[in-house]
Amino acid sequence: MAVETLGSVQRRKVAPWNDPIIRGWTFQIVVIALVGLLAWYLVSNTMANLERQKIASGFDYLGREAGFEIGDSMISYSPANTYARAILVGMLNTLKVAGLGIVMATILGTLIGVGRLSSNWLLAKICECYVETFRNVPLLLWLFLFYKLISEAFPGPRQAISVLGSIFLSNRGLYFPVPVADPVHRWMGVALLVGIAGAVVLHRWAKKRQAATGQPFPSIWAGFGLALGLPILVWLLGGAPAAMSWPALKGFNFEGGTVIQPEFTALLLGLVLYTSAFIAEIVRSGILALHKGQTEAATAIGLSRSQVIRLVLLPQALRVIVPPMTSQYLNITKDSSLAIAIGYPDLVASVNVTINQTGQAVENVLIIMAAYLTVSLSISLFMNWYNKQIALRER
Amino acid sequence: MADIPAGEQRRQLAPPVDHTGVLGWIRKNLFSSWGNGITTIVLLAAILWLLNWFVDWAILRAVWTAPGGSACRGHGACWALIHEKYRLIFFGTYPYEQQWRPLLAVAVMLAVLIASGDRRMWNKRLLAIWGIGSFATFLLMLGQISIPLGLILFVALGIGGLGMLLRGTVADAAEINGWRALAAVGALGLILRVIGVLPGWSLDIAPFSYVETGLWGGIPVTIILASYGLLFAFPLGILLALGRRSQLPAVKGLCVGYIELIRGVPLISLLIMASVMLPLFMPQGVSFDKFLRAQVAIILFAAAYIAEIIRGGLQSLPKGQFEAADAMGLNYVQKTTLIILPQALRVVIPPLVNTFIGFFKGTSLVLIIGIFDFLNAANQAMVDPNWAGFPGEVYLFAAFVYFCFCFSMSRYAKWLEVELNRGTRR
Amino acid sequence: MKKFSLAWAVGVAAVLMSGNAMAGKDLDAIKARGSLICGVPTGIAGFGVADSQGKWTGLDVDVCRAVAAAIFGDSEKVKYTPLTAQQRFTALQSGEVDILSNNTTATLTRDTALGLDFTAVTYYDGQGFMVNKKLNVKSAKELNGATVCVAPGTTTELNLADYFRAQKMSFKPVVIEKVDEIRAAFFSGRCDVYTTDASGLYATRAANVPPPAKSDDFIILPEIISKEPLAPAVRHGDQQFEDIVRWTQYAMLEAEEYGINSKNVDQMLKSDNPTIKRILGVTPGMGKALGVDEKWVVNIVKQVGNYGESFDRNVGAGSILKIDRGLNKLWTQGGLQYAEPIR
Repeated sequence: MAVETLGSVQRRKVAPWNDPIIRGWTFQIVVIALVGLLAWYLVSNTMANLERQKIASGFDYLGREAGFEIGDSMISYSPANTYARAILVGMLNTLKVAGLGIVMATILGTLIGVGRLSSNWLLAKICECYVETFRNVPLLLWLFLFYKLISEAFPGPRQAISVLGSIFLSNRGLYFPVPVADPVHRWMGVALLVGIAGAVVLHRWAKKRQAATGQPFPSIWAGFGLALGLPILVWLLGGAPAAMSWPALKGFNFEGGTVIQPEFTALLLGLVLYTSAFIAEIVRSGILALHKGQTEAATAIGLSRSQVIRLVLLPQALRVIVPPMTSQYLNITKDSSLAIAIGYPDLVASVNVTINQTGQAVENVLIIMAAYLTVSLSISLFMNWYNKQIALRER
Repeated sequence: MADIPAGEQRRQLAPPVDHTGVLGWIRKNLFSSWGNGITTIVLLAAILWLLNWFVDWAILRAVWTAPGGSACRGHGACWALIHEKYRLIFFGTYPYEQQWRPLLAVAVMLAVLIASGDRRMWNKRLLAIWGIGSFATFLLMLGQISIPLGLILFVALGIGGLGMLLRGTVADAAEINGWRALAAVGALGLILRVIGVLPGWSLDIAPFSYVETGLWGGIPVTIILASYGLLFAFPLGILLALGRRSQLPAVKGLCVGYIELIRGVPLISLLIMASVMLPLFMPQGVSFDKFLRAQVAIILFAAAYIAEIIRGGLQSLPKGQFEAADAMGLNYVQKTTLIILPQALRVVIPPLVNTFIGFFKGTSLVLIIGIFDFLNAANQAMVDPNWAGFPGEVYLFAAFVYFCFCFSMSRYAKWLEVELNRGTRR
Repeated sequence: MKKFSLAWAVGVAAVLMSGNAMAGKDLDAIKARGSLICGVPTGIAGFGVADSQGKWTGLDVDVCRAVAAAIFGDSEKVKYTPLTAQQRFTALQSGEVDILSNNTTATLTRDTALGLDFTAVTYYDGQGFMVNKKLNVKSAKELNGATVCVAPGTTTELNLADYFRAQKMSFKPVVIEKVDEIRAAFFSGRCDVYTTDASGLYATRAANVPPPAKSDDFIILPEIISKEPLAPAVRHGDQQFEDIVRWTQYAMLEAEEYGINSKNVDQMLKSDNPTIKRILGVTPGMGKALGVDEKWVVNIVKQVGNYGESFDRNVGAGSILKIDRGLNKLWTQGGLQYAEPIR
């Protein structure tokens, strides 16, 4: 029997309207035409409306003076700066809240998820109550509650609670001393990065050596030492500048030092507590998905409890945990936009004020969406890369 | 050899006292090791202290009724504020004497939702339940509905067309003719209406006084936004999920683009876009009700999330199902509606219930664009200067109500997951 | 040639006389709907506040009631939509409300880039500061480093930044959208200073201080740092509606200038004074030119009152605010309220 090669069999001739390829193309063309028509309709209506109401168009307003003050900013900002800088300040605030939120929620969520599996019944039940309470109430409600409690529970600045005479807690925020900016700090930052890189290299070398000769090396402690030691060394070499900026009550508020404001605290607290409940559930289901035999086999070959968790359980659990964790990280980033409800100047708040002052809704909404899309896609890309790294490499 | 003499009963030794019963349980679960024991003691102390403070504040020293806020100061929780303002919190600015209508509407919606949860209703009866329930809800809330003839004919055409499409190969001749007749009546009527032969008549149903959507508030708004948001997002999500799996690059590209765009931005930005840009998209003179704008934004947002969940369900189906359907000669529509979707949807029902819980909480965001959902109405209750200064009580009450709703829904989701998987567990 | 130009002149005269030359889509929509949709403040005592029954009162509310009285003859044919400072302009631009009577300051940017038109000034105001007496502050120049509560999207925010920059002082803003929450933040001590239009400060101090604090615990600093002419706004495009709104406001001022108030309107109808006869429509022509009923001023004054009555009832001696007329007196008494003549 002759073997038929691919492509050698004649395609049956059918009428054009039954040919799947032609139908496929027709369908696609129709869909694109419909979508294009809808888009054209919306865009032309928008242009007509903007023209009729004499609302300005274009992105030139970004170069104009903003005129409004922002309460909490990571970079220097004054009302004389441009709208573009105001939006940048908002963006940095969003990233700050999202970044800290992700780190803290992961830590807290993991602890609670593991706590739910504890052999202590009371601890497990408390963790379960925590998870159920925070998951079933909207985040906005928690934000309002925390913000109201923080602003009403703490006294005014003149009656602030002071700790050690240098840390002050009032309804204006938590003031604490910070080192005065010094050129040495930049070098310390560089040294920190070098130290972390060195720790990673050290870890790799240690693993190779262990694979070849079987000798273990305390690479984790050594790595920590390197990452912390190098900056301290640089600090000592730079003359050990120890000037601190101390907060002191001058007039209405504290001057000096740095502050964590109530809006930021309420937002971060709400985000972390709320999302940690979801992360706890993810971690718990990840650990439960593991076969009990893994733990039993690991203890049978003599690994200590911490080695069992670190070398056997965690790598396998991570594969189950990482995809849902990605969506929780994205949720934290997107939920940080609720800052507008309690007055924290994040991206949406800054852009909202800009919409109000310039009247240009379309351009500003595009800016919001582009910014959030960029951040979301970056987080997704990073987590997908990490997921591939820890995935089972099957033959 | 020491034998046990025949006939003598073996003496049964009872296990040690502290290994069975209550003491045994305490020993095993609370004090099984030194670490556990210390943890238990510390936690117990903390809980008792917290409970003591809370019971004292919320119950023992609380003020249950009072004429004004000043009577509450200096005591415990001021539940008198809730007692005074509960109608504002639950129903917002709906006219005071007519508030039995939103109450009844909420009861109807809850009945529809609970009935939808019952598995015995998962057939054509569901359509009837939702149809009648929705009609009753909106009639109660709006008070007066006027249905133009054009809309009736359009709906007839749509239902007839869908019926023809979906039931084309499985129904008998009588049923197909029925669908065809319905579609024909709808199409003919529409054409006559458009060219002006049929007059512009509308069906007016006006049993109560008209209450516009700007006055709606509280729990009815939350339930309506969440339920109808997901209801209308559902078919859109199915289409998006199917489109994403399509082989046609244009369709796949559009669906992927839409889903990733919507999932990458927060709901707030969509709500702001809907309230600020939707009016710009419409030709001059056409103005969109604010409530409708929020509902459309929620529908578009939910569709993307539902699409992802259904995609997960579709991916979980074994490839053999698709191949067998093709081998039997079913076309795409028949394959999808008769073989694939019923199985995929069954798998994704628990995640869909979780999505509903998420959106029920997410409707609280419409506060930003000025719609009075339950949370916003609770906020309004604190505005009265007479009763100022008790945010804790109001927020705790609102949190409690949300908790009741969401907790029962999540329990239902867990039960449902167990129920649906009964056949698959070994 | 002569015939042509005569016919042309008659035609032009006919068109001008018809009064419908510039009827726009907004006014048609309002008339078809049978009621005016009015954007009002969310809760400023004296300007726009709803009682527990849902009845709206205030100076801004009265402007809308007067316009409804002019168009429909009934000042109750109004639907009120409370709007925050952030929502108000998009609500007007999008058609959600017909007229924005919301304590909005008329500025160049708003008049041009936002697509709005402002009509006559309802209230000449200025921005001020309110502080707690305990802070022992006597002047705005002592506010260096203070925390200030302010609403976003307002001229208040911009004026605040400009003033502090000019005085070489710095401040920390607490920016909250809803006016109730700003007040709550100020009264709870989150910020030292509350800044908004002076009328709003008086309103807050009179009506919104939560017990156990009292109104006297707060002082309004003497500095007025800006001009805030509060005027209603309508969309670009409908000239006739804009004219009706502006002339309604002038009508209320003219009525006060000529001594017509809600109590003596009926007697005034019998007056011989030609100006009064023209204002009240006894001599026809004014109403027709505007496109409203000839009795428009009678309806306005009878149902809403003249400017003085409205002022007194809402923010003046007859209210809890007790604001002095000040700049808002009529020009005949040294103030700034000057109506263009109805003739």
